[in-house]
Amino acid sequence: MPLRTPAIACAPRRGRRLAFLLGALLFLPARAQHGVKEKAEHPAPQAPEIQVPAPPFSEGVFPCSSCHDGKTMKPDPKRRELGMHTEIELKHGPESRWCLDCHDLADRDSLRLASGERIPFTSSYMLCGQCHGDKFRDWRVGIHGKRTGRWNGEKQYLLCVHCHNPHGPRFKPLKPMPPPVPPEKIRPSKGGRP
Amino acid sequence: MNASHPGPCSGSCPGGEGTPGRREFLAAAVAGMAGALAGCGKLSMEEFLQRNFRELAKDEIQKILLRLEKEYRAKFGKPVRVGIEEPMQGVVFGYALDLSRCIGCRRCVHACVRENNQSRDPQIQWIRVMEMEKELGVDVQHANHYYDPAVVPREGHFYMPVQCHQCRRAPCVKVCPVGATWQEPDGITVVDYNWCIGCRYCMAACPYGARHFNWGEPQLPAAELNTETHYLGNRPRPQGVVEKCTFCIQRTRKGLYPACAEICPTGSRKFGNLMDPKSEIRYVLENKRVFLFKEDLNTKPKFYYFYGV
Repeated sequence: MPLRTPAIACAPRRGRRLAFLLGALLFLPARAQHGVKEKAEHPAPQAPEIQVPAPPFSEGVFPCSSCHDGKTMKPDPKRRELGMHTEIELKHGPESRWCLDCHDLADRDSLRLASGERIPFTSSYMLCGQCHGDKFRDWRVGIHGKRTGRWNGEKQYLLCVHCHNPHGPRFKPLKPMPPPVPPEKIRPSKGGRP
Repeated sequence: MNASHPGPCSGSCPGGEGTPGRREFLAAAVAGMAGALAGCGKLSMEEFLQRNFRELAKDEIQKILLRLEKEYRAKFGKPVRVGIEEPMQGVVFGYALDLSRCIGCRRCVHACVRENNQSRDPQIQWIRVMEMEKELGVDVQHANHYYDPAVVPREGHFYMPVQCHQCRRAPCVKVCPVGATWQEPDGITVVDYNWCIGCRYCMAACPYGARHFNWGEPQLPAAELNTETHYLGNRPRPQGVVEKCTFCIQRTRKGLYPACAEICPTGSRKFGNLMDPKSEIRYVLENKRVFLFKEDLNTKPKFYYFYGV
């Protein structure tokens, strides 16, 4: 899985300014192309951005707007049993929870916070953090969840959804790796020694 | 000795009557020395005469490293690097394991075996995962080390991995009669495999079962060899010496996380510098419910267990 360096990672001091300028030059046009509308209508959330690998989408589902384009399929805010996405079994939170609590009605390529703010899928940890504040706090300081990289430097984060399926977040059981050889099964090898 | 005055048993001595002369004594001494060297297996003369690692000068260490690399290359057929990365200033390593999240999948055990070149046969594993019942709590006497269900975690059970606790008051270091094991300034207890005499006192002294003895010649397939090694860590070991977890000294002294922490799928394992107030490990110690295993023994471990929820 490709992991990117977190934005909060420590870059060397020299060149940090250059990196910032280059980053700004690269970043601004991209925002202008992709996210200006979002910025105008939905101001960016205040929490600091943390660089994470791409969310683990099921193959072929993203961008959602390839079907939910607002034209061929009109947005329907009515709470109902869906004819599509039947493979998704929602086991997260109370019975009343449903798709549009987290997915944005108007822009299906985004998620929405309880406040109505629109956020990209790469910032989904902010959505999770609304209810799981204690886990979010621990995740940000590196206690909840897995970190790889350097204990004294750059670390790679994972999104909540890399380990927890957002529609059924309980951690999935795993097959354990083989147990050690019990003493009664240790047999002497060649030379008479075990 | 005068040739015209034969000793009581000169030349071929059929009966061995009388007291042995100087020649016999020397012959016996040479035979004894040869026997001692033969008993040391494939030990080279340089290795036999090598002193304790802590007493070696830098140029002596370099010679030893070159010799070891040559030996490993001949044995495994590929280049092996033996490093001696030194402790970092102002760093004391600590480790914390989240008991509320560990699911007992043993990914850490096998990542450790691969990273640290442990013998596959006879099997040596530095990490042991105990399965215990939630109702009984931490109850070592009823722990199951050999659980093997289809999936983990099993209902009603929790899992507690145990490895070297890198004690500040390490009983293993205290009992070693030859000073072959000691605690480094960054808190890692290491073994000089070339100085260890295999008496296993340290194994008897360790309350965590963290030390392991190479009863047989370690079997390590060349294809699975980790060629990035440390003299005091994961370099291939000979038969007859004790080995133990070193917090992956070959990784952590370069700033990397230990292999067990990196592989853990649940993120239960936290590692860092106890001297750094901003480190993950310090956050755990200051904000979580932490406990020490066998705290009553006053070993003062630097390996902590905590409840993350």
